[in-house]
Amino acid sequence: MQVPAQFEYERATSVDHAVALLQRYGPESRLLAGGHSLIPMMKLRIANPETLIDINGLDELGTIRLDRDEHGAQLCLGALVRHAELLASAVAGEHFPMFHDAERVIADPVVRNRGTIGGSLCQADPNEDLSAVFTALRAVAVVQGPDGRRLVPVREFHVGPYQTVVEDSEILVEVRVPVRPGGGSAYTKVERRAGDWAVAAAGAALWLDGGRVAEVGLGLTAVGADRFGAPRAEEFLRGAPATEESFAEAGRIAAEHCRPVADQRGPEDYKRHLAGELTVRSLRRAAARARGLEA
Amino acid sequence: MTTHAADTTPMGFGSMRRKEDARFLRGKGRYLDDIVLPGMLHAAILRSPHAHARIVSVDTSAAEAHPKVTAVITGETLTGLGLAWMPTLSHDVQAVLATDKVRFQGQEVAFVVAEDRYAARDALALIEVEYEPLPAVVDATRALDPDAPVIRDDLHKTDNHIFDWEAGDAAATDEVFATADVVAECDLLYPRCHPAPMETCGSIASMDPVSGKLTVYTTTQAPHAHRTVYALVAGIPEHKIQVIAPDIGGGFGNKVGIYPGYVCAVVGSIVTGRPVKWVEDRSENLMSTSFARDYHMHGEIAATKDGTLLGVRVKVLADHGAFNNTAQPSKMPAGLFHVFSGSYDLKAAHCAVTGVYTDKCPGGVAYACSFRITEAVYLIERLVDVLARDQGWDPAELRMRNLVRPEQFPYRTALGWEYDSGNYPQTLRKALDLAGYAELRREQAERRARGELMGIGVSFFTEAVGAGPRKHMDILGLGMADGAELRVHPTGKAVLRLSCMTQGQGHQTTFAQIVAEELGISPDDIEVVQGDTDQTPFGLGTYGSRSTPVSGAATAMVARKVRERARIVASAMLEVAPSDLEFAKGRFHVKGDPAASATMAEIAMAAHSDLELPEGVEGHLDATCVYNPPNLTYPCGAYVCVVDVDPGTGQVAVRRFVAVDDCGVRINPMIVEGQIHGGLADGIGMALMEVLAFDADGNHLGASFMDYLLPTALECPSWELGETVTPSPHHPIGAKGVGESATVGSPPAVVNAVLDAIGVRDADMPLTPAQVWRSMQGRPLRTDVAVT
Ligand SMILES: Cc1cc2nc3c(=O)[nH]c(=O)nc-3n(C[C@H](O)[C@H](O)[C@H](O)COP(=O)(O)OP(=O)(O)OC[C@H]3O[C@@H](n4cnc5c(N)ncnc54)[C@H](O)[C@@H]3O)c2cc1C
Repeated sequence: MQVPAQFEYERATSVDHAVALLQRYGPESRLLAGGHSLIPMMKLRIANPETLIDINGLDELGTIRLDRDEHGAQLCLGALVRHAELLASAVAGEHFPMFHDAERVIADPVVRNRGTIGGSLCQADPNEDLSAVFTALRAVAVVQGPDGRRLVPVREFHVGPYQTVVEDSEILVEVRVPVRPGGGSAYTKVERRAGDWAVAAAGAALWLDGGRVAEVGLGLTAVGADRFGAPRAEEFLRGAPATEESFAEAGRIAAEHCRPVADQRGPEDYKRHLAGELTVRSLRRAAARARGLEA
Repeated sequence: MTTHAADTTPMGFGSMRRKEDARFLRGKGRYLDDIVLPGMLHAAILRSPHAHARIVSVDTSAAEAHPKVTAVITGETLTGLGLAWMPTLSHDVQAVLATDKVRFQGQEVAFVVAEDRYAARDALALIEVEYEPLPAVVDATRALDPDAPVIRDDLHKTDNHIFDWEAGDAAATDEVFATADVVAECDLLYPRCHPAPMETCGSIASMDPVSGKLTVYTTTQAPHAHRTVYALVAGIPEHKIQVIAPDIGGGFGNKVGIYPGYVCAVVGSIVTGRPVKWVEDRSENLMSTSFARDYHMHGEIAATKDGTLLGVRVKVLADHGAFNNTAQPSKMPAGLFHVFSGSYDLKAAHCAVTGVYTDKCPGGVAYACSFRITEAVYLIERLVDVLARDQGWDPAELRMRNLVRPEQFPYRTALGWEYDSGNYPQTLRKALDLAGYAELRREQAERRARGELMGIGVSFFTEAVGAGPRKHMDILGLGMADGAELRVHPTGKAVLRLSCMTQGQGHQTTFAQIVAEELGISPDDIEVVQGDTDQTPFGLGTYGSRSTPVSGAATAMVARKVRERARIVASAMLEVAPSDLEFAKGRFHVKGDPAASATMAEIAMAAHSDLELPEGVEGHLDATCVYNPPNLTYPCGAYVCVVDVDPGTGQVAVRRFVAVDDCGVRINPMIVEGQIHGGLADGIGMALMEVLAFDADGNHLGASFMDYLLPTALECPSWELGETVTPSPHHPIGAKGVGESATVGSPPAVVNAVLDAIGVRDADMPLTPAQVWRSMQGRPLRTDVAVT
């Protein structure tokens, strides 16, 4: 049995309380959400926080809801929404089927029952799936700290592997995804085995205007894409005909601009190939969904 | 076909639910880590971060000052006790705790004993070890280079060579190759993989300072061999050692040998006067305990132009890691690898195996491999496919025409084995029929025309299990024979004591059924005792699928002895001569007078009663037996695997797997099928995902289950099983072992299927998506090193 080093434990009773605890215990403290990244690292003694601040009691961070205001509708996902809850959410699946595509292949049911979307984003693992999904969807993160709340586009959320803009005394509370009609989305992942992290994965969200691409969002993971994005491929697609040829070219561009690193999941050339191949597959499926040809 | 247990307990052979499952399914198994002894301390091991380094100094003072630490043991401590090195299972020595150098990443350097396991683990960080790193030998194919660093300077070696070993007739084989019409050759790596049992290894040593008795609770498949080794290594008298194996959560060969942590726990208990528990964690299990395989093979196969196989020639480079600790019969440094002529009637065959040291973990123990038959079957079954591909022959037909024919049994192979029985063509035919082979080939052609990649892989294997006989097979001089002891109590309930040790195979059920079959006592009324050396007769334990062939035979024989004693008691009860009695399940009756009879329970009571027994006949109803197998048993099987490969990503989906096994008489068909299911899953794991690779510095790249992938239910199709039954002629109940059959036979079927799908001649396991894609590009990866 792997055993972690000693640590103090605190249980937050509100978001404000969590922030106060973070301030009190300082940079050697860590928030504990699902614990499926943090606790394995503690057991391996890669992470040795002095204090864990458990936010699992903060029910207000566990909801999924559709919000409508003057700017339109947005899907609001609390930071403590579990992978399994997102997978089961009809409203999330209805607007963005790529959530369900991705959640079906994130880890295994045991991990999905505990792991949270906030923990996933904040862990900022370069092979993480939801970061690519939220990047494709141009989601916005809501971060709360001692000075109140701030909004950070997910495309500016990550500052490097395992690093985000969330400060030591801040907490991610919510992720908001703008909802616009006429779109389709899809997520495709290659893994060595069910439950494994991605060898590579790509997500695409596509809005059509007749035969053309009105708007598009792409997200790539595990292939060294800058902030999980493929902006050049998006640029190429915007306004282009929504055809196989366009998707193939977008895939080529996405592959060209990522920087995969070889590891036991695969060599660099294979991952680069997948970046393109999976981008194409997700675009194809997203388009079919946008056209109502596929669920 | 899947067999389900009947609701009623069979009085003998037949499917019945496993007696042990009532506790396992309720989470009431009692494993090593469940055991808590009064005053018990906990230990942790400091391991080397380097693959090869000289130890300059070890400073334990800060660790010793930790308030909860009771002892810190180093190589120096052990040197003082003469225990720094221990013998391996293969005529070598292995460091218990490193003194001079570390020779693999994860090697044991110091042992901390503390009040709890947290403190023991914390104290590891307080030990200061100064290392002087040395270049590591990682690539086995470079281990014998003249400029390769020498790993075993402790043995005063000047190179990394361990042994050269040959089998078969080299000249006759060369002759066959010289005159053959066609020859196919191929390089094949059977990569290093790991048994990865769910329960890791561990031990609790408790030296009683009053009685001088050492009790060792440990995760062992071979408790009696462990006891003898402790006696030999530690100098403790053997009658003062009791080894107890509690429930074991999987072994697969990982729990045959003795690990440094076990020896350290014994020393720790002697030093502290308290019981010491050491249980390794997952990474330790994957990094430092017995691996399997790691055979670099170059094989050649010769045939006539009309498709008659003639001979096989193979050179093997065997990577044994830093200490030669492979477990196999002592006289056979490559185990039973020389069954590689497989199931075919060949004129000649020859192998030359060279073993080398590398800076990797030692081991190479039988991991569900029947002493390297896994490698042998992979070799021949890949070669046959390569030849078929080269010549444009159908691989199933090529196999069918070359199988040993039923009338040739007992069949002596070109390599000297005597296969006991089998009807190979019938077994293969059944598998092909179940699979609908011809129809599959038609479907494949259709799909190919549409650009879809579907593959069909066939393998046929002959296993060789149930080691001894003792004169040919021993480990550390201990002959491979096993004991059984059976006592029928006065009320007719019985206890059977065995030398083998279950790790999940269902021994408590299967062995009770053997007694039931012989005596007519219900399996529910028979207690099977194993895993405690004070309570069971001597024997070499459970590995190499030997429990049913050896201990199963011992059980049948001991039950027959008891039955003959029961006959005498019954003759006294019924007042007739013993020869006038007939046995029908559960009772003796007078020939021609079925009403004059006595049940086994009545006989048992009489045997313990005041009944006057014939002169010279002792009372009670019990017997002991030692079974020394006259030969191995040779199970066989034919497997067909169907896969679909995604051409754009290289992902493999195993669509179907048909397995027809012949393991002779099936005692509990449900358990047999369970064993086959597990082995098939294992085969999919090895073929598609499992590998222990190392980078150029000798860093272990598979030290967690995130890195060392095991298959899940999602990679497994619904198995399609079939059977043929050819009893072993020399086994008392005609049974052959089955535990490893599917692991041995399935990897080549999967690999053959994938390569068939992508139209590639050869590529090494594991066939990960990356490896499949690169193979399709004509640039397969070398899978035993870091992917670059
Ligand atoms: C076996 C296994 C397989 C996995 N496979 C995949 C996979 O295929 N794909 C994938 O994407 N992921 C995978 N994961 C990761 C899984 O999704 C994790 O649950 C997730 O990455 C982290 O979520 P968590 O809630 O468990 O976070 P925790 O482990 O609790 O926290 C992770 C980090 O985020 C911080 N944190 C958590 N919540 C917040 C917050 N609200 N605000 C600020 N900081 C916060 C924590 O302090 C910590 O530093 C796998 C994990 C395991 C164990």
